[in-house]
Amino acid sequence: MVKTLPKTDVVIVGVGWAGGIIASELTKQGLNVVGLEKGRERETEDYYMVHDELRYALRYELMQDLSKDTLTFRGNEKIRALPMRQYGSFLLGDGLGGAGVHWNGQTFRFLPYDFEIRSKTIERYGKNKIPADMTLQDWGITYDELEPYYDKFEKMAGISGEENPLGGKRSDKYPTPPMKHSPQMRMFKKATEKLKYHPYTVPSANLSEAYENPDGISRAACQYCAFCERFGCEYGAKADPVVTVIPVAKQTGKFDLRTHSWVRRILHKDGKATGVRYTDVTTGEEIEQPADTVVVTSYVFNNVKLLLNSKIGKPYDPSTGKGVVGKNYAYQVVKGSAVGYFEDEKFNNFAGAGALGMVIDDFNGDNFDHSDVDFLHGGYLALTQTGQRPIQNNPIPKESPTWGKEFKQNSLKYINKTLSVSAMGASLPFKQHYLDLDPVYKDTFGDPVIRMTYDFKDQDRHLAQFTAKKAEGILKEMGADKIDTMKELGPYNITTYQSTHNTGGVIMGDDPNTSAVNNYSQMWDMDNLFVVGASSFPHNSGYNPTDTVGALAYRAAEGVIKYQKSGGILA
Amino acid sequence: MSEEKNNNQAEKENLSRRKFLRNSGIAVGGLAVGGVLGSVIPWNADTAEDTQQQQEETKNFNQALMYFNQAEFRTIEAATERIFPQDDNGPGARELGVAYYIDHQLAGAYGFNARDYMQPPFFHGEKEQGYQGRLNRREIYRIGIREMQNYSHQNYDTGFTELSEEDQDKVLTDFADEKVNITTISPGNFFQLMRSMTLEGVYSDPLYGGNKDMDGWKMRDYPGNQMNYTDIIEGEFKEIPPNSLRDHM
Repeated sequence: MVKTLPKTDVVIVGVGWAGGIIASELTKQGLNVVGLEKGRERETEDYYMVHDELRYALRYELMQDLSKDTLTFRGNEKIRALPMRQYGSFLLGDGLGGAGVHWNGQTFRFLPYDFEIRSKTIERYGKNKIPADMTLQDWGITYDELEPYYDKFEKMAGISGEENPLGGKRSDKYPTPPMKHSPQMRMFKKATEKLKYHPYTVPSANLSEAYENPDGISRAACQYCAFCERFGCEYGAKADPVVTVIPVAKQTGKFDLRTHSWVRRILHKDGKATGVRYTDVTTGEEIEQPADTVVVTSYVFNNVKLLLNSKIGKPYDPSTGKGVVGKNYAYQVVKGSAVGYFEDEKFNNFAGAGALGMVIDDFNGDNFDHSDVDFLHGGYLALTQTGQRPIQNNPIPKESPTWGKEFKQNSLKYINKTLSVSAMGASLPFKQHYLDLDPVYKDTFGDPVIRMTYDFKDQDRHLAQFTAKKAEGILKEMGADKIDTMKELGPYNITTYQSTHNTGGVIMGDDPNTSAVNNYSQMWDMDNLFVVGASSFPHNSGYNPTDTVGALAYRAAEGVIKYQKSGGILA
Repeated sequence: MSEEKNNNQAEKENLSRRKFLRNSGIAVGGLAVGGVLGSVIPWNADTAEDTQQQQEETKNFNQALMYFNQAEFRTIEAATERIFPQDDNGPGARELGVAYYIDHQLAGAYGFNARDYMQPPFFHGEKEQGYQGRLNRREIYRIGIREMQNYSHQNYDTGFTELSEEDQDKVLTDFADEKVNITTISPGNFFQLMRSMTLEGVYSDPLYGGNKDMDGWKMRDYPGNQMNYTDIIEGEFKEIPPNSLRDHM
């Protein structure tokens, strides 16, 4: 027996950054919103015992329970896809706030180049610069059009930063000043200035000072306690949906938030969404929530999964390149980095904050000439000080033993004597990289899980070698006595952590034949359905994605409000 | 069996010798400790040792077994000590309680792979696809320990715990390098699991049974659970006495 509830204006699937932002914007405008969240409620009080590396970083306290849902992976179509049985390469957030709770808080805007990447690449280098199987697309929106929404997200979250000398034009400065500079950050700054690069402080959602945002939400300053990524913030200093947008939505009295509500289908009839069907995981009860507009704001993989399991949109077919749902899955190329050993120095590597660091964009986007390199785009190079917790950080020189007496000596010696310069390499889309439904493996309710087909390409290998070489140059200038530099990227491996920057699958654009949503994140094929998140990125840039997810969510919120008034496909 | 007893006996004597040195005051206070004594007492002793001493004399109820049998426990204790041995820097896995830590972890959710996807069908995959076996961690340990014993007997005519440190290292290396022929589990993966859990036991909060007295953290100047570093973040390296989560209750 399925229970059917009274109709609401808007139902939101997944209450993380995108869901939280849209809930707050819509309820402020007087719309009635139901928010369905698969996981549990979260609050700052949960983090009293948060300085526990084992529980949070290694046992994944804040992550989705893989025994209930996972995805399968294969490097290419000839290999049998097998389930990701344990965490590795990326981590799936769970519960209220989603991945917005366990992020580091590095809040970068993408470059103007990103949004018009195909046009601008052809304009500067000609069509042949783009490999035949690279499905590079413009986003159907420009940086200037998205700028006001970036500004809105940054003011809501209180981002601490200073202007990027090589970034897009800003309408206003960051709402709070940059984070403090540690000695290693000062070393990076000095070295990169000497190399004629353009260093600036990493824009941070860990507040540099106490801040009250335009919604009247006040938060405390960051304490540099070194527990951000994979952890929740016990001070509420790190911006996350639970301490920013969700309370604003709740305060309106218009937001009906239901946790433990696992949405399994988007319901639709005659080309219109009619609501969603979900399971109350505490009782097993099947419930239908009808709505005028459905907004899907779960993580990348689940956004695609829900559409495909609900039979909405044309599934992507890699053999023809036709269809859109599941297309342009992309990731992040972070391994092109280098580690420096400083024999006569000692650093406070145990201290830090998730978004504490210095960064350069001289080798990001199209900020340098690609005529003589065999890849497109690039990535930022940064020295970040996120706090080196002891189980996961045991730096030892390459080729030295990984256990035993020598390992112990090296790891104890070098822990506070190593610094890394790391790259955030862009990930560009290829015809063969996509998401679809796995034909064999099922989630806890018997629904097919997502199947990922993805591997690194020459583009990625060349890019990683390039950024690694630049990282090495910076460390040399910083005075490292010995440097270990990545030499070969190797195949994509789902077992080693790289980054939780998965993108694509429900991409945006200006053509329904090549994209799934328009630049309001509205489905071309179903105008009262919005699918929001990094799933709408046609490629992933050389930056952390959250600022762009936030900006697109504010844009989508505006779209939903417009749609509720006038209907139709928004232009 | 008798050799195991001898080992235990030797260990007890070793322990009481250290206790003696500490109790006698030789290792306490501002006294310079050099030469032979320095290598016996490998950490920086200070007056805080007096209070630690009292704690040591109270029974640690946490140090009993939830999963391993005695022989398995001793094998893991010996193996993890080789992975993270006692040296001039300070205690090794044995003294830090790593084997108790592993035992306790295997008794709970982690041992049962409770939050991993363990649904069939099971197929051999590519290395890049990760673990695809049907065995959970507690089963892998039980098999792995037995195979370590078998391998020791086959090659050295004695059990793993009775081997010299050098021979123990050889056995562990053969497991790590997949030179041991086992059909049920991957010897390399078993070794890696043991290695990663050793580091967990050395460096996780003492609440989990390892990192005894935060000595794992002290060896690397890790301050543990601190509320803030605002005052030191801009400055040079600073040594800060560690706190545990217990200090936050």
